[in-house]
Formats: sequence, C-alpha cells, structure tokens
Amino acid sequence: MKKTERIIGAEAVVRSLIAEGVDVAYGYPGGAIMPIYDELYKYQDQLHHVLTRHEQGATHAAQGFARTSGRVGVAFATSGPGATNLITGIADAQIDSTPMVCITGQVASHLLGTDAFQETDVISISSPVTKWNVQVTKAEDIPAAIAKAFYIAKSGRPGPVLIDITKDAQLGELDYSYEKCTVVRSYKPIPETNIEKVKEAATLINAAKKPMIIFGQGVILGGAESELKALVEKAGIPSAWTVLGLSALATNHPLNVGMVGMHGHYGPNKLTNECDLLIAIGMRFDDRVTGDLSKYAKQAKVIHFDIDPAEVDKNVKTDVAVIGDSKDTLAKVLEFIDEKEHSSWLQEFRSFDKIEFEKVINGQLNPTKEGLTMGEVLQGINKATHDDAVIVSDVGQHQMMAVRYANFTHTRSNVTSGGLGTMGFALPAAIGAKMGAPSRHVVAIIGDGGFQMTCQELGTILQTGTAVKIVVLNNEFLGMVRQWQQLFFDKRYASTEMINPNFVKLAEAYSIPAKKIVKREDLQGAIDEMIACETSYFLEVMVEKEDNVFPMVPTGSSVSDIRLE
Amino acid sequence: MEKKLYTISVYSENNLGLLNRISTIFVKRHINIESLTVSASEIENVSRFIVVVNMTEEAVKKIIGQLEKQVEVIQAYYHTDDEIIFTETAMFKFKSDLLFENPQIQNIIKENNMNIVTVNRTFFIVEKAGRRHEIDAIYDAFAPFGIAQFVRSGRVAISKEAMNIRKILGEIVQ
Repeated sequence: MKKTERIIGAEAVVRSLIAEGVDVAYGYPGGAIMPIYDELYKYQDQLHHVLTRHEQGATHAAQGFARTSGRVGVAFATSGPGATNLITGIADAQIDSTPMVCITGQVASHLLGTDAFQETDVISISSPVTKWNVQVTKAEDIPAAIAKAFYIAKSGRPGPVLIDITKDAQLGELDYSYEKCTVVRSYKPIPETNIEKVKEAATLINAAKKPMIIFGQGVILGGAESELKALVEKAGIPSAWTVLGLSALATNHPLNVGMVGMHGHYGPNKLTNECDLLIAIGMRFDDRVTGDLSKYAKQAKVIHFDIDPAEVDKNVKTDVAVIGDSKDTLAKVLEFIDEKEHSSWLQEFRSFDKIEFEKVINGQLNPTKEGLTMGEVLQGINKATHDDAVIVSDVGQHQMMAVRYANFTHTRSNVTSGGLGTMGFALPAAIGAKMGAPSRHVVAIIGDGGFQMTCQELGTILQTGTAVKIVVLNNEFLGMVRQWQQLFFDKRYASTEMINPNFVKLAEAYSIPAKKIVKREDLQGAIDEMIACETSYFLEVMVEKEDNVFPMVPTGSSVSDIRLE
Repeated sequence: MEKKLYTISVYSENNLGLLNRISTIFVKRHINIESLTVSASEIENVSRFIVVVNMTEEAVKKIIGQLEKQVEVIQAYYHTDDEIIFTETAMFKFKSDLLFENPQIQNIIKENNMNIVTVNRTFFIVEKAGRRHEIDAIYDAFAPFGIAQFVRSGRVAISKEAMNIRKILGEIVQ
C-alpha cells in the first residue's frame, strides 16, 4: 500500500510542485485560486511565490527563469481575466519551446458553462498555444495532472502546459501521494535516431568543401553545447547562429561566424547561398532566418538535426534528417567525422566581415556623429561584464542591436522573445532570469516602447529586491516600425513617435537607483556604476533617434540580397 | 504537385479537448475539411478520427507531422482511396403521401437497395450506405419529388494495411 495523507486539493497542488523541485513561482491571486494561495502562504518557506504586477509578467518571469536555469518555470493566475492575461506569455513559450507550467483557478465545476463571474474557457483559449493542457475538476486528479504536466513541459521539445483547476477541486479532499510521471503512452518525447542517417550525414560532412552550420536553441535545450563545439572544431566548419541559438557557442570562438537572418551578419547570409552543405542543428528555418525560401540555399545539400520530426521538410527540403536529442545525435555523428580545416572557405566569411565592419559595425562602435548608438552601449556592457552578462532583450531595434553586439562566453546567457516577438517581454523576463541565475549579471536591454508595456513590473523588483540591471535605449520612437516606415512606407511615421515620461523619476518612484545618459563621455562610467551596484539599477540612454539596424534582408528577399545600407 | 483526396486516420486518447486541438491544425492552415468523423476504435479508450481532405501529398505529410506532435495523438496515417475501404451513410425523409403519388420513388429505393428506416402516416425515411457518387446520384433522382430532409455522414474508412496501434501502445508502455 502506498502511504497517503488526507489533504485538500489546494495543498496537493503546492506539495506536488515542491515534489517536482519547484522553489520559486510567479503569479497573481484572485477569487478562483484563493485556496491555492492559502496553501502557498503555509508553504512559503519551501516555495517562494513572487507577486508580479500583471499575469503576463508572471509568464515572462517564469520564461526568464526557465531560460537561464534550464528548469521548468511556474506561473499562477486566477480564472477569467487572470487566465486570459497569461495567454501572450504562453504563446511566447510555445513558439520558443520554453518549459513552463501554468496553473489557473477556475470557477466551481457546477458553474462551468453558466457564464459565471470570472469564467472563461481557458482550455479552449489556450489549446493552440500549449503543448498540452487539462482541466481538473476533482481533487484526487490533481497530483497526477501536475506530474504529467511537468513531464510533458520539460521532455522532448519543451513547451508550456496549462492546468485549469476548479475551485471545488481545490477545496475537495483526497488521499495524497505523489509519483513523478515518466511515461505518457501516446507521447514519444525523443524519437529514435536512425544510425544510418547519422552515417549519411557524416559522409556528406566529410565530402563537403564549403560546409556551414546554423545552430539554434535546440543545442541549448538539449544541453549539447560541448558536442556542438567538438563538432565545429573537429570538422572545422564555420558556424552561424539563429537569435535563439546565440550563446551556445562563445561569440569569440574562431569558427563562430555570426548570426543568420533578417538582421544577421553579412557573411553567413551571403554564404548561405554559396555553401555546398548546410547543416542545421536544432533550428526551424523560420521565415526571419530564410527570407525567400525559393532562393534559399538551393545549391546546397541540407542536413537537419532536430528532435521534432514535424520540423523536417516543413520549410526547407532536407537531404538527410537526423532525428533525435541533439546531445546524442551530435555525439554520434562526431564519431564518423574526419578532422578537417576549411581555411580558405572560412576566409570568405572573414572577407565579408571586413566589408560589414567598414559599412556598418564601425559606425556603431566608433561613431563619429554626436548621437549615441545602441552598439556602443552594448560594447560598454561587454566591457563592464567581461563578455559574460546574461542579456535579456525586448523586441525591436535594440533587440537586434543586443544580439548583434553583445558578446557571450557562457551558454543560456541570451534571453529574448524570438518567435513571437513579444514587446514587454524583457523586464519581467529579466526578473525571472536573475532568479534562475543569481550569481550572474543580468542586464535587460529594452526600448522606450517595450518598457512601457510592462513597466509595472518595477514594482516586482521593488518588492523582491531582485538585482536586475535595466537599460532603456531611448530613441523616442517605436524604432523598428519607424525604420520600416522610413524604408518601405515613404517616411510616413504613423503612430511611432513617442512622447515619454521621465523614466528616471519613474524608476526612482520604485526606489531603484537611476541615471539618464545623453553624452558619450558619461556612458562607460554609468555602465560601470550600474554593474558594480549591488542592487537593481536603471539606466536610460538617449540614443540617436533615427538610426537603423543594418544589415537587413528585406521581407520576401533572398538572404544573399542582404542590404548594408 | 497535384491535389488529391486523402483520408487521414488519427488514433488518439479519448480526451475532451482533443477535437479542438486537431481541428485547429487544419483551420490554422486554411485547409478545408471535406468530412470529419470521430468514433471509438478497436481499442478501449482510444478514439479514431477520420478526416477527409483535398490537398497535395507534400502538404498532407506536414499535417501528419503536426497531428503526431500532439501529446495525446498516438499515431496518424494518410491514405488514398485505393488504400482503404470506405463508406458514407445518407438518410432521406419524405412526406408519406409521395410514396403513393409517385411510384418512381419506390423504384429508386429498390434499385439502390436502400433500407427503409421508418414509415408512418405522415413521413417515411430511407437510408443508404455507399460512396459519395452513389449517394449524389440518389439525391439527384429524389430531388424532383421534394426531399423533406437530407443528411449525410462523414466518411468512415478502414485501411487495407494493418495499423499497429496496440503494438505502438505496448512499445511505449514498457
């Protein structure tokens, strides 16, 4: 007989989370989830609940936590508006494969379908954006639902799950015991790897004269950073990254050739259409990466390493697909790979780098004009943190500048909303990121637009004392949209100019030390002061108003038609 | 690539929300579902969806990938009409007077081996299981007399090849 205890459903929720190793969760209370909050009060020594200022903030904080720690992020919300406010964060976690468990309260089961106060059908609403979801209406079903949720969220290709628990299930009694879930019969998280495909991939790699790797977040999610490095070095292959793959391989690695995609680097975009073998690892050929698919790497053979069979041939037709967990498949392929160097091919990347440096990068890092550039702010942060900060970026121009100019030494250091492009992501995500990596410097890079979407989370920083460094790059515009208006809409700046509040005063209202920088000579000192500060810190930098992010692959163009100006 | 009728069979856990998840996969990609049938399968607590779509093979393969990605989907298959045995059921309702006024109606019923489901003083109902074109032909034959109600089920289909669902479930459970 299993040992059980008679407790209520709400207590079972909290004890099940503790049994899963959860020690921090984010959320916002309300009527339908009050029994669970009552138990969180009881167990506060074991499970720290962080009160965010909006449910969306709770999901982004949980995402930030998951991204830096590699653990499952947990968010709570009440029924109705609480639940619907989670949806943006859940959708973000779904498209960026972030493991997250969301628990929502729901009206009592006898009220379901009656349009009761704060009733929404969150199961239907969240279905398209969750890996799995379930409604629990009986107390005795709670432990198994939570066990299954954690198993599904973190196994295979990770993703968000949602458990909706009716109030009567929270209050009902059950005989509690907890068993972790290790199998769901209809679900195969890691498909078997076909060793023949591994060998075919190795044969192509060994025969290639101009091979190129593009790695994505699959490397980080699979914990395959050292296998990637070993492969890159043994086969001597120039390797580029997607936005979410960034930091899986140190940015100063001699074979790291930069970012692919719309605002990626010149060399890897140009040479995507010159390579004879494209090796995609844990990435999904997003449209921002590929541009016009009909003109994408048509000359090359394509190998695709991925854990998700549905990604194979979804956007780009592959010659060899190696399905499986990246840590395992990369280790296997490594056995069959010859040691090689491709120095003249690597040199082609470096020649493009020179052009890009002269036309684009030099102007960002060594500007001759008066206005500050975003690039020099990132360079200052690199300097102050010795290329080893966790950079949490929001969405827009500053995000592209952050991923282009921040240097990284360690994995899980780049946290950004890649697939969904959620403005307002960075501030709450940075709170979670810092809690997930407390010993690291966590710097949020945010635009003046995105900051105002979730700036209420300054209150969460105040209340928790989380030492997040916040850098607002203020150009008084919704800069990325303005850039498109300039380039493609004849400079008709429809609703992109921002009249902003006094951000420093706003930060100070939340007791966060704050400074505004308008002159170049004050910049590095302020960054150094921010990094040295023990607490959170707010730094507003006034940057050039109408700077653009280049290079750029215009929507619908081929990656090799990348523009430098 | 040429568009064709494909019959998709999805074996899944019998879960309330799954119909929503499955239909979303089609709706999101603007794929028109020709017919959808959900029923029990040969395995207890395992449901079977039969979805008929008109699309290219390349597109249907991607749909299968998206279906199998669902946690509660056990396996999904797609077949052409040659690879399955399939049928649909149709029911027609008429005013009973018509049976006496129009002897052709009786002929249509006989010629097509239709079943008489019910007859009473005010109405009668006949049914027919068969291929879409057979039912369409019967409909056209009946139409001039005035059909009071018509309904046709979605396609149900059984594959000629074996579907090793029990084996799949067994393999994963071990």
